[in-house]
Amino acid sequence: MGIFIDAFRDGLAMLASGAADVWTIVLVSIQVSGMAVLLALVLGIPAGFVLGTKRFVGRRFMLIIANTGMGLPPVVVGLVVAMLLSRRGPFGSLELLYSQPAMVIAQLVIALPIVAAVSAAAVSAVPRELRLQARSLGASPLQEAFMTLKEARMGLIAAVAAGFGSIISEVGAVTMVGGNLAGKTRVMTTAIVQYTRMGDYGPALALAAVLMGMVLIVNILLARVQSSAERYEA
Amino acid sequence: MTAAAIAITGIQKSFKGKMAVDVSHLELKPGRTLALLGPSGSGKSTLLSMIGLLEKPDAGTVELDGAPVTVADRAARMTMAAAFQRTYLFKGTVGENVAYGLKLRRISSAETGGRVAAALERVGLPGWQERSALTLSGGEAQRVALARALVLKPSILLLDEPLASLDPIMKWRLTRDFAQILNEERVTTLYVTHDQDEALAVADDVAIMRDGRVVAYGPVDEVFGLPVDDWTAGFLGMEPAVRGRVLESEEGVARIDCGGVDLYAVASLAVGSEVSLGVRPEDVLLFEADAVVPLSSARNKLEAVVAEIDPSGATFRVVVERGPVRIAARISRAALADLRLSVGTPVQVLFKATAVRVAST
Amino acid sequence: MRDRSVRPALWRMGVIALAVVLTFSLVGCAKDDTEATNTAPAPVEKTKIVLASTTSTQDSGLFDVLIPAFEKANPEYTVEVIAVGSGEAMKMGENKDADVLLVHSPAAEKAFMEAGFGTERRDVMYNDFVLVGPASDPAGVKSAADLNAVMAALAQGKAPFMTRDDKSGTNAKELKLWTDASVSPTATASAADWYLSTGQGMGETLKITNEKQGYTLADRATFLTSKGALDLVILREGDKALLNQYGVIPVTDATHLDGGVAFMEWITSAEGQKVIGEFGIEKFGEALFTPNAQ
Repeated sequence: MGIFIDAFRDGLAMLASGAADVWTIVLVSIQVSGMAVLLALVLGIPAGFVLGTKRFVGRRFMLIIANTGMGLPPVVVGLVVAMLLSRRGPFGSLELLYSQPAMVIAQLVIALPIVAAVSAAAVSAVPRELRLQARSLGASPLQEAFMTLKEARMGLIAAVAAGFGSIISEVGAVTMVGGNLAGKTRVMTTAIVQYTRMGDYGPALALAAVLMGMVLIVNILLARVQSSAERYEA
Repeated sequence: MTAAAIAITGIQKSFKGKMAVDVSHLELKPGRTLALLGPSGSGKSTLLSMIGLLEKPDAGTVELDGAPVTVADRAARMTMAAAFQRTYLFKGTVGENVAYGLKLRRISSAETGGRVAAALERVGLPGWQERSALTLSGGEAQRVALARALVLKPSILLLDEPLASLDPIMKWRLTRDFAQILNEERVTTLYVTHDQDEALAVADDVAIMRDGRVVAYGPVDEVFGLPVDDWTAGFLGMEPAVRGRVLESEEGVARIDCGGVDLYAVASLAVGSEVSLGVRPEDVLLFEADAVVPLSSARNKLEAVVAEIDPSGATFRVVVERGPVRIAARISRAALADLRLSVGTPVQVLFKATAVRVAST
Repeated sequence: MRDRSVRPALWRMGVIALAVVLTFSLVGCAKDDTEATNTAPAPVEKTKIVLASTTSTQDSGLFDVLIPAFEKANPEYTVEVIAVGSGEAMKMGENKDADVLLVHSPAAEKAFMEAGFGTERRDVMYNDFVLVGPASDPAGVKSAADLNAVMAALAQGKAPFMTRDDKSGTNAKELKLWTDASVSPTATASAADWYLSTGQGMGETLKITNEKQGYTLADRATFLTSKGALDLVILREGDKALLNQYGVIPVTDATHLDGGVAFMEWITSAEGQKVIGEFGIEKFGEALFTPNAQ
């Protein structure tokens, strides 16, 4: 256990001293994953709304795609995005590989199906009659959609939490497309891998603690949402 | 509120290849309440959502005051308001729920406050604005749902089984209140229900639906007095119409021969015409065969034999038979015991000539 | 009927959320493969020895020929290679998680021996480092007179320089080159813009260098192996300071020290040295490593 105690002491000291590079890593993580989740929400919630409420040809197929996307291996996403963005790839001229935008793109691809599928489930849990009710009281299609999303807000919070949780703790794709460049694309997961490789267990453990803390908060949020989402069961 | 009229023509809607609604013509007359009555799955709710411009029919037209309207006509839809079986209140307070439609119409908050208060008072929940909508009982929620519709002062009110999920006591209290409110507001109302007693209590007109089609349509006493076919008779708890021929017609009263049994009905009918007739079970009185029948204005008195006894809710449905004439009566449990009725018991049957509905065939 | 339509959706949402929760709660559990599982003693029970080495050695493909040759010569052993940075390889030795090390970080190896973590250190082979960059050579290193001038030119910051910054042997060599040239890259004005830390292995660092069209120091083996996918060329090579010496160290008190020692003896024997000297000729037309065991 000595190995843990020593590493823990080192890590704590590092966090407490506010070592600039460690907190930069945390900040980059939040920045990249935050942006990816934001974009995933902008695209995924409308997509989830349509999947959860409308009946159209190909809906089942798209739901299957979204649900499959939830199990999409991040390294596959990383590989494909890296190939697309590399200098020899179709979008090479954008010179995006090994930059934060590249990481945002990869994380967006990972989070989008999760956000879309969870919001579709949340929205379809709002009874259809409630939408008919809003419509019958004079709601326009947009107002009806807004009401539905408002009713499903607990589920949408779950979508945010699930999306964020899925990417903040992901390492494969961000390494492949971000390159783990210090101060630029180095995030908590890639830094943990690197510090471990270097035998620097202290900062690795410190970052792991921050990461676990974030994931814990996300899970607590999810659990709370789950327990308060029972209303239509009555 | 100004009462409006709706007429639908050739409305069709199918789900997964199965025809759910196929109605050639139906009207909601201004200021009247039309009950859409039928067993579950008969297409009532689907028809309501198409009349309410909530759902698009596969074919057919909906006319509002003579002008064709569609789901896309939000202005037309805004002249209507609906409440459904499950109340589906939005998350928030009672006041927010009632104000929802007003907010969509951009009514000023000052006016909204007054109208919400008035609507809640109208449904018997004065001052309930600040309560959470999620903690209400079924009856309270249903009153809020009605207030949420009434507050819009709609020209047309659509009520889809508003009382179906309530317990019997609450149901009858609300039926009475709803009937009174609808009567006083004189708003054109479409009232979907599977319960004929509820339909009788609230409606002026009734349309009976079966398998997506309207099988009977007209004023309540006509439709309920004389079933158009065997299925409708069964659904209404009656016996199929009795067939007969008019023997004479004097001072508005016709004497009709029904296979050897003479019945009297208040109707102007040509002598010799073939007719069908019916009488509501609650208009029929039964007496023991040897009882001294009290003085009564009832023109129809016949001796008959009990053919069937079926429990029907709190009452019993007793079918009596005399030759080809079969008539259902509704009597209480106590009356059944008093009369010592069982199948084969002879009884005396009384009903007024005014209770008999007649139609030429 | 309506009530029922609501439930599957909620249920589905619950399952999805649960699946997500489970996904993040999974923590990788490493299995302890070194634990002896000899429930039924077999006559030819093989001893598994753990060789900690570097990613660059692994990436060169040397182990693909070296390990089978060793196992053929010493059938009582099987070798498991853990390829990590030199830093972690030493740490594994310190923690007795490895039986023998094959590393290339002379200063760190010296410290490791002085701390008593290794029983013995022997030279095995060397390869050399090369400075690679874009053919256009924006930093102008080709015209530099000597290696110190090369480093000074790079420190002008005209093009990005990728440092592995992972305490690997390659990284240690790069840092030494800066020190020898009396340049501190991190102290330069625009260090954040041109001196980029990848914190990753040689293969990845070369790819990043390629994308950024910058410079890096690479071991020849890895560069030759991956140059097909790169638009980079060798801009400086052959200097004495660019040699990369590999050493083998059996770990003191290791679980299978005998195996570690056997590996050291074999790799420094004529037979092992021959395998090293021939590796790469067939594929690249030149040997990737030069054997130099005493």
